[in-house]
Amino acid sequence: MRLKKNVQEIGVSCLFILFAIIPILAPAIGEAFYVDVFARIMIWSIAAVGLNLVLGYGGMISFGHAAYIGLGGYTIAIFSFHEINNGFIQWPVALLISGLAALLFGALSLRTRGVYFIMITLAFAQMVYFLGVSADKYGSNDGLNIWNRSEFKIYGLDFSIDDNLTFYYLTFTILILIVFLVRRLVNSRFGMAIQGTRSNESRLEMLGVPTYVYKLTAFVISGVICGLAGILQANFERFVSPDMMDWPRSGELMFMVIMGGMGTLMGPVLGATAFLVLSEVLSSLTVHWHLIFGPLLIILVLYARGGLGGIIDRGQKDG
Amino acid sequence: MLSVNSVEASYEDSQALFGMSFDVGTSEFVTLLGRNGMGKTTTIRSIMGILPVSSGKIFFEEKEITNLSSFRIAQAGIGLVPEGRQIFPNLTVRENLIATAVRPSGLKRAWTIDRIIELFPALRERLNNMGGQLSGGEQQMLAIGRALMTNPRLLILDEATEGLAPKVRSEIWSCLKTLRQEAQAILVIDKNLETLLEIADRHYIVEKGSVVWSGTSTQLRENKQLQKKYLGV
Repeated sequence: MRLKKNVQEIGVSCLFILFAIIPILAPAIGEAFYVDVFARIMIWSIAAVGLNLVLGYGGMISFGHAAYIGLGGYTIAIFSFHEINNGFIQWPVALLISGLAALLFGALSLRTRGVYFIMITLAFAQMVYFLGVSADKYGSNDGLNIWNRSEFKIYGLDFSIDDNLTFYYLTFTILILIVFLVRRLVNSRFGMAIQGTRSNESRLEMLGVPTYVYKLTAFVISGVICGLAGILQANFERFVSPDMMDWPRSGELMFMVIMGGMGTLMGPVLGATAFLVLSEVLSSLTVHWHLIFGPLLIILVLYARGGLGGIIDRGQKDG
Repeated sequence: MLSVNSVEASYEDSQALFGMSFDVGTSEFVTLLGRNGMGKTTTIRSIMGILPVSSGKIFFEEKEITNLSSFRIAQAGIGLVPEGRQIFPNLTVRENLIATAVRPSGLKRAWTIDRIIELFPALRERLNNMGGQLSGGEQQMLAIGRALMTNPRLLILDEATEGLAPKVRSEIWSCLKTLRQEAQAILVIDKNLETLLEIADRHYIVEKGSVVWSGTSTQLRENKQLQKKYLGV
């Protein structure tokens, strides 16, 4: 067990070292665009770590987490549209909106179970998606450009994130902080109870745990983390559109978590990395890359129980 | 401490409890005896708020707990070791113990992992194993330990030693004896009459959803006819 943990920690460290040196490595090998690819990977990793809290640890199959990414992103874009670029206003409001939406949707969704839970989370997400589509003032289907990234000016100091390299390392720092936060959370009594709900919710109730409140809390934290990913995505792409909240995005996010290994700390980061690198590489080979990508995902889900994290674990046992 | 008064409960159209009444005093060791299907587990389910009570009332420490949510009943101070143990297989033994632990303020000698290990030394080596990797006996020890970690004032065990090897059974009974010496109130359902007569203070015999007899261990031990009629001994 200790050995397995050590290997996971080494794997995680290697991945983070790779993230850290990409801005140096990529230009050196003449592939500078990989900096953008990895910035995107880290943003999706943050969202996947957020979803993993409910999907992997809590067993809540939410099919609508793209909504919180979208709400975070759209809040930034709408502020920017009205020429309010102060990050100290934009970011807290965006997180608050994502959290409130998660609270409302979670409070209603968590009263259902199984397939009904999946469908109701999907329905709420689609509701948010259509809200974006119907918002003519904010670009409707065409989306909304963000002319200025969030500004962080305080007491004459300007912590600008306009520079892509600064933005990359900001995203990197946030990813580390989120992974650390989720690690603390899942190892706390609260986290153990959330993991307990996955196997036997009524048993937890009989031991005095108000499971609904616990699950809702996890759902809101997860929504806020996805909202944060949305904030970063909007700032990174300098563009938002309803497409970022559409159900395929929720599906992709789920795939990243499942692919990497549900209920493991670094699984979602591995999953997001594998998903985006694979789609990047395959799309450069052929325009029909989905025909290869789809079956690959199916094979991985069918034969790699526990995802990529599971393969590492099994490799350790065999070794 | 616990008072069950004329409780009636049903599984949809099928009534299972017909005016069930009994009580458990502070520091008492009480048993519910009876053949299978007579309503013992149903009674526990009603006490714990899993099965709705259609009539009658349940009080715990003079507060009514009838039809409260399970977690509120547990928070009131009742710890349940359920039939089938139901430990969390995806958590380690340590996490199983911590996940639901509660330490009420003002409690002089609260249950800790160290005390649980003292009670069940077999769990010491298994603390970092997943719950699903334990043997049946170890799972039962863990289930009791997990319930104790909520520091209950009343501990309920449903089929405390069912399906366990004789050696493990005796360990469980030894643990219950220790708890009894520490003045823990206990309500037990089990079929091991000989041991229960030795440990328990009082017994209730349940037949067709209601109590048909109650008395002390001495009274039950002497009444062979009663044992034969209701317990098939």
